[in-house]
Amino acid sequence: MTPVLETRALCKSFGALTVADTIDFHLGAGARHALIGPNGAGKTTFVNMLTGRIPPSSGSIMLGGADITAASQSERVKRGLGRTFQINTLFRNLTVVDNVALSVAERTDVGGGLFGVASKQKAVVAESMDLLGSLGLADDARATVIGLPYGKQRLVEIAIALGLKPKVLLLDEPAAGVPSLESHRILEVIAALPSDIAVLIIEHDMDLVFRFAKRITVLAQGAVLMEGTPAEIRTDLRVRQVYLGEDHV
Amino acid sequence: MTIAARLLSRLAPHAGGYIADARIRPIEYLPWVVAIIIYVAAPEYLPLGSYILILMLFALSLDLILGYGGIITLGHTAYFGIGAYSAGILAKFVTAEPFTGLVVAAVCAGVFGLITGAVILRTTGLTLLMLTLAITSICYEVANKANDWTGGADGLSGITMNPVFGQFRFDMFGNTAYLYSLVFLILGWWIVRRIVYSPFGASLAGIRENPVRMHAIGAPVYGRLVVVYTISAMIAGVAGALLTHTTQFVGLKVLGFELSGDLVVMLILGGVGRLYGAIVGPLIYLVAQDLLAKQYPEYWYFWIGALLVVIVLFARGGLLGIVDALRARFEKARGR
Ligand SMILES: Nc1ncnc2c1ncn2[C@@H]1O[C@H](COP(=O)(O)OP(=O)(O)OP(=O)(O)O)[C@@H](O)[C@H]1O
Ligand SMILES: [Mg+2]
Repeated sequence: MTPVLETRALCKSFGALTVADTIDFHLGAGARHALIGPNGAGKTTFVNMLTGRIPPSSGSIMLGGADITAASQSERVKRGLGRTFQINTLFRNLTVVDNVALSVAERTDVGGGLFGVASKQKAVVAESMDLLGSLGLADDARATVIGLPYGKQRLVEIAIALGLKPKVLLLDEPAAGVPSLESHRILEVIAALPSDIAVLIIEHDMDLVFRFAKRITVLAQGAVLMEGTPAEIRTDLRVRQVYLGEDHV
Repeated sequence: MTIAARLLSRLAPHAGGYIADARIRPIEYLPWVVAIIIYVAAPEYLPLGSYILILMLFALSLDLILGYGGIITLGHTAYFGIGAYSAGILAKFVTAEPFTGLVVAAVCAGVFGLITGAVILRTTGLTLLMLTLAITSICYEVANKANDWTGGADGLSGITMNPVFGQFRFDMFGNTAYLYSLVFLILGWWIVRRIVYSPFGASLAGIRENPVRMHAIGAPVYGRLVVVYTISAMIAGVAGALLTHTTQFVGLKVLGFELSGDLVVMLILGGVGRLYGAIVGPLIYLVAQDLLAKQYPEYWYFWIGALLVVIVLFARGGLLGIVDALRARFEKARGR
């Protein structure tokens, strides 16, 4: 099976600090893959390189069989790559529905429309409302994002990415900072993602990781420590040392 | 109280967005009705009135890039000035037909906006701000030195415009000037309003709110900014040309920092990113300037400054923002 997303010897340094060290990684169609590792391991940096937010120092990235190492962020999105952010990256003063509509509009090529796009605009709103409905946010559609409780803002964070109908979805700690009582909503949403989307999730909550992921990659100091099934990761001694030993109770 | 609440609810909404009702509300005709009443009732104010209308159009062009695109500039007079000078030079040396002048001014300012925008919009924040200042000072110096074309520091005089439609002369009472400016202000308002309520306008608000996320959803951020910057420059250029046509003179002031700064102050005063802040701001500012400057020639700027400090500290949305806040409070008091 050819991977939908693949990196070959991907490297990144900030000055003397190596944050990505020859990362070879691949994600199959419909994958449920987790990327774990201690704070500062380079997980977010890895995602930023995949989406084109920061350029790698060397190595290459393939998406759907095409080399996208030098592609712009928008080209990658057009090819089906979507992401969420560890720290909320929302349109704070806009309504919830506008937050989602912006991404739906870009996907459907309505986003730059000036005149004579009224019907397409309606379709964008309808689709955005449907999406919000499916996430249980229909009642908040007209609210301004900054007014929402944090847990719901995290859902909007995901909703914007889903508006792109991505083939590959990168979730950077989707439940970060959400009290565990509310986080089940987010977990439900993630569990219910269409099975044809390949999902890469970064997450510190090990219970969630072991429940959700079919495969896990462990990153430590920018390098892949190991990759395997949850069972393999759980029993690996090195992983326990660098990661579970520190963070897991 | 309910009446007040109802009235307030029609004033000063944040304009734009996907679910906003894009139809023109009756209250939105209010400025134009008032403008016509002033035309009939206060003919002695028409020259000042024309200037205010022109600055409203100029402020609208600024609101488009500052209030929607989030482009912070202190150099928007570059495009206003290029419009003013190109209209003046055209009228003096080629043709004094006013509509031709407006088109030429829009094209000149637009081309300059496209070129400069393409360069400076690759940067953000303070760098961008500095570049807008640099462009404007270069334009100022060029206009200052190109004596033969611009009249240099003495200004470009000796312009006599043809009558509008060959019928309406630009008279000394400002009748034609006022209506001419009003017509193009309304046209400009209509265009800016269409933009603001379009998906393109919504995406500008998205860029203002969070450029990182706009990139992440695949929007061509740079391209959108260059487009809106060019449109804004064209509108500013038309405003500049209107000033040339209505005063039959171009002074270096049209390219000065003082005017750019005043314009930003007017927009902040009225409310940024609200469309009608560009109508309210210049009106209050220029009327206050006119009244206060007569009463306290030395101090009026102090009061404008004091007002600005209050607005920036306590009412970030400008005067229309205050209306918004009052509305929210009334609605709460009426409560459910
Ligand atoms: N722009 C940058 N310039 C310099 N150093 C950076 C930059 N971005 C990240 N780093 C450093 O790179 C390392 C990896 O950061 P990154 O955010 O990728 O870690 P992470 O695995 O996502 O951590 P966390 O679990 O805390 O989110 C950190 O030491 C960080 O300080
Ligand atoms: Mg991170």
